[in-house]
Amino acid sequence: MQQPELIPHLFRTEYRKIIAVLCKRFGFVEIETAEDIASDTFMLAAQTWSLKGIPPNPVAWLYTVAKNKAKNFLHQQATFTNKIVPATSTAENSATIPEYEIDLSPQNINDSQLQMMFAICHPTIAVEAQIGLSLRILCGFGIEEIADAFLTNKETINKRLFRAKEKLREENIPIELPGITEIDERLHSVLATIYLLFSEGYYSISNNKTLRKELCFEAMRLCNMLVENKHTNKPPVNALLSLMCFHASRFEARINEQGELILYDEQDTSLWDADLISKGSYFLNCSATGNQLSKYHLEAAIAYWSTQKDDTHEKWETVLQLYNRLLRIEYSPIAALNRTFALSKANGKQEAIIEAEKLQLTSNHFYYTLLGELYKGIDNVKARLHFEKALSLAKTSTDKATIQKKVDQLTS
Amino acid sequence: MDEYMLIFRHQDGTKIASPEQIQIWMKQTMDWIGGISAQGKFVEGNGLPFDDSKVVWHQGVVTDGPFGEIKETIGGYIVVKAGSIEEAVEFAKGCPVLQGDGNSVEVRKIAKGDGVHK
Repeated sequence: MQQPELIPHLFRTEYRKIIAVLCKRFGFVEIETAEDIASDTFMLAAQTWSLKGIPPNPVAWLYTVAKNKAKNFLHQQATFTNKIVPATSTAENSATIPEYEIDLSPQNINDSQLQMMFAICHPTIAVEAQIGLSLRILCGFGIEEIADAFLTNKETINKRLFRAKEKLREENIPIELPGITEIDERLHSVLATIYLLFSEGYYSISNNKTLRKELCFEAMRLCNMLVENKHTNKPPVNALLSLMCFHASRFEARINEQGELILYDEQDTSLWDADLISKGSYFLNCSATGNQLSKYHLEAAIAYWSTQKDDTHEKWETVLQLYNRLLRIEYSPIAALNRTFALSKANGKQEAIIEAEKLQLTSNHFYYTLLGELYKGIDNVKARLHFEKALSLAKTSTDKATIQKKVDQLTS
Repeated sequence: MDEYMLIFRHQDGTKIASPEQIQIWMKQTMDWIGGISAQGKFVEGNGLPFDDSKVVWHQGVVTDGPFGEIKETIGGYIVVKAGSIEEAVEFAKGCPVLQGDGNSVEVRKIAKGDGVHK
């Protein structure tokens, strides 16, 4: 790899590791110092490497520089502390690690990243802030990329991150893995954030396909870290990873060159990623232990059936029952609509129309698209009215185009 | 929005259904509850199997089964959210238990937010 690509690449893979280790060492009180040290390290790399060439081991070079900068900081801090405020809380860590040592071993990097994940996804931090912080600190995204992903500007993201970091300090959130009694509950919010991160990429209306894909794969990477750690390798974690693998397997097939959405029925199945589908199945099997049935289990099972293109009654009956159970655990309008579609496939359109009309999701264009689909072939006049209503509610040009096509098919 | 309990009352709990019939009822029940859940109105629910059941009476008398001298018994319940008793009754009308002659669904409001119950 040449220098121009090397630094952004290393930034993406190494920044988050350095930040996690330094934050863990300094505590959230000094999160900005940790960020500054990590950023300065990369700045120095850019300057030095362009003059002297790339060092033989660029990662080791970065770690050495980051370590030295961190040691200098700790030294200054100690000098300050010893002279002004004796006996402070930083003494806790120094029992195991020599005073100014910075441990950038793979083990400590991994532990620190996991602990950071739990700290950032702490229930007291607003969800939006959790996602921003995750992208910045756990995934090493640039502010501009985060702004792009959220379709907003850098200033908004900076403000959001600033407030989130303040909250981490105020709440004095420890950077550690939760204890055994707490872990399931805390994992719950970590998984929720990971899934949101994934959905942000998967369903985003941003046209930047590369960025969207990266968001998805970052979410999967974080989930994979949880699977690889024995304390966090729990059934719902495997279920979520499985679910994301199944969804991601259709990434190439569901968006065309123009960034437009291709509906499931019209996807080129040769573009489905067989490797990810088999990974999805593997993790789905791993999730089938214990007696906990999470919403991720149900969603993963539904996503598995989506990788089976056959239009059999058995498939739709199974999917219907999975949606019935999913909705009992957690209601969402999209699950309600999908459930009604599965109902039409399993029990027939007449029954599904009656059920659909009870949903009354009258501000949702998918609701009217579904009603249009259900009435198609039964009452085309009503079908048309529903598609037109959907058209008036749809916001993006992709959605409008998709619905327009359905209207056109009715008349032809 | 209030919560209502829909209690399934079976005329004769001692009747034995075939496994096929049970499977059909099961699907109908799951679809019925799924429909309520799809409206965001399902709170909780459970079946109450007739096996392993006892009735405890005044002064510590314990008898077998929920049936005793009366045949009618409770087979399960669900709790739904509804804006009125009428809406809760509409949900109850779809209950597959009502296919059985003499069976009924009792609709009862749950005492919440009345200043006494939590």
